[in-house]
Amino acid sequence: MTAISDTSKEWELAPPLSTRLKGMFGSTYRAAKRDLVLAAAITVLLVGLFLAIFAPTLARTDYERTDPVNRILAPNSHNWFGTDNWGRDVFDRTIVGTRLSFLVGFSVTLISTVIGVGVALVISYFRVLDAVMMRFVDGLLAFPTILLALALISLIGPSVGNVILALSVTATAGKIRLVRGAVLSLRESTYVEAARAIGVPVPRILMLHVLPNIVGIIIVQATFTLASAILAEASLSFLGAGVPEYVPSWGNIIATGQGYIQVGFHISFFPGLFLTGTVLAVVLIGDSVRDHLDPRLRGRLRTTAAQQ
Amino acid sequence: MTESLLKVENLRTHFRTDGGLVKAVDDVSFEVQQGETFALVGESGCGKSVTALSIMGLIPNPPGEIVSGKIELDGVDLTQLSFGEMRAIRGSKIAMIFQEPMTSLNPVLTIESQLSEALKIHTDLSKKAANDRALELINMVGIADARTRLKQYPHQLSGGQRQRVMIAMAMSCTPKLLIADEATTALDVTIQAQILDLMKDVTEQSGTALLIITHNLGIVARYANRVAVMYAGKLREVGEAVDMYTEPRHPYTVGLLRSVPRLDSEKGAPLAPIAGEIPDLTNLPGGCAFSPRCRWAVDRCFAENPLLEETSPGKKVACFEHASVGLNV
Repeated sequence: MTAISDTSKEWELAPPLSTRLKGMFGSTYRAAKRDLVLAAAITVLLVGLFLAIFAPTLARTDYERTDPVNRILAPNSHNWFGTDNWGRDVFDRTIVGTRLSFLVGFSVTLISTVIGVGVALVISYFRVLDAVMMRFVDGLLAFPTILLALALISLIGPSVGNVILALSVTATAGKIRLVRGAVLSLRESTYVEAARAIGVPVPRILMLHVLPNIVGIIIVQATFTLASAILAEASLSFLGAGVPEYVPSWGNIIATGQGYIQVGFHISFFPGLFLTGTVLAVVLIGDSVRDHLDPRLRGRLRTTAAQQ
Repeated sequence: MTESLLKVENLRTHFRTDGGLVKAVDDVSFEVQQGETFALVGESGCGKSVTALSIMGLIPNPPGEIVSGKIELDGVDLTQLSFGEMRAIRGSKIAMIFQEPMTSLNPVLTIESQLSEALKIHTDLSKKAANDRALELINMVGIADARTRLKQYPHQLSGGQRQRVMIAMAMSCTPKLLIADEATTALDVTIQAQILDLMKDVTEQSGTALLIITHNLGIVARYANRVAVMYAGKLREVGEAVDMYTEPRHPYTVGLLRSVPRLDSEKGAPLAPIAGEIPDLTNLPGGCAFSPRCRWAVDRCFAENPLLEETSPGKKVACFEHASVGLNV
């Protein structure tokens, strides 16, 4: 019995944000202790964050300087991940590339979440605006993400800012669609109607009665946006439409190694490993968050926890 | 006689659906006096809730719309008010309690913040004063351990307690009219009586009129002063609650009464449910909508629609054969 009440305290149906934030670290720690995969995923992401912040100072070589004498060296004690076709250290370039991936990933997630949620809340209350906006969103989502981003970047030119902008467009469209659906279904709920029945103004209903109840959906979706934005940035760089070649990015390191795959397989392999690991970690964390926020799945988890 | 607080005149609320036009409320007129308890009775889909939502100005449009008629509260026609003016009336002058206590409260807000919400919107009370009033309200509706409860979330309360909270919320600005739309239907029987007693008490204390919407005639007998019986979007019989039991004059009222078990009925006497089903509202039968199910129906009933007419002081019936209709058949 105590086990059940403990877990229910840990993941209340939806306590207020302040309580949730306070309990977040503690409950994340407890959840990670139960779930080794989640613990591994969190570790990977934390290492990634650390590299994203400190990699340029950690790099032992000038990762932009070419050294043709030492090109395509296999991994060795000095060049842990070997060197590329210009003799640049792959380890240094890969960890420095972490910064770009995380910068693009988090920026796209933040921009698309804020704009997407805001727009969705507003249009859900204006029928005409909603109809117009949703057709626009449908149009945007009809294009494959990469194709649309490529087209935008060839229009506005390749730079980190423009990559973020291009990827934010499709991510925002996806957010609008998802959040709008959630808002529309919540709007029919009895407590929203009850709020209307005591004369609560529409903006207050949206901020106080609707938004807190879709935070779970938004958080989960944000993790998937993060994963797909990191992947999309790498794809764009791989295709040469991302950042300039001398700026290390996982995508363009993989692209460089592509031509030397038979003589220097390590050039593409290590950044590819980092990319896969990061995306996998983010997706796993997202899954775990969803499991904990979904009351039905949580019920199941609680039962198994109680049986233990 | 006190003066009338709510005056509904020739109200027509229609819904345009794919299946055709649904006249959910069709030419309904009634009055609720200041401080009285008025019951609107009828089976599912007869237009009771739509009447309530029309009064609240909460008809979803589209598909629904108040086509014509007046809803006067204290002499002000609510149907003519702007969205903002109507919003200022909801919660302060009219309040409503819904059927589902389990889902009527926002799961992420504390009881306290929900109880004081109407006060924050409609009054200038400070946050502290609003919270003090919330405590007063929760004590008024008889929830034990009020201070703790205020800090809790809806899922930590039982269904009956949540409905008490809903009543407290509705009464927070001392409205003139409280609408209870099937407010006790989802609760178990012992709690139902408590909640009804509570509603009756709090409305009597503040002189609030209570409009009970229900399909349960038992509730009507004990709590209502006057009763209106509704069927297929129209009022069929309006009168004093006591009369409605002893001398029902509309076949539908008779049917409702005879389908409920009574303590004073003869032992072993079978219940007499009303034959047939409620008609399809998009395709009502010609004449009186109740005629296909009516045992008193004569030829005229299938051709003409009877109007609601005063048959004796304080009693209105919409039936051509009302003189011969009665409980004893």
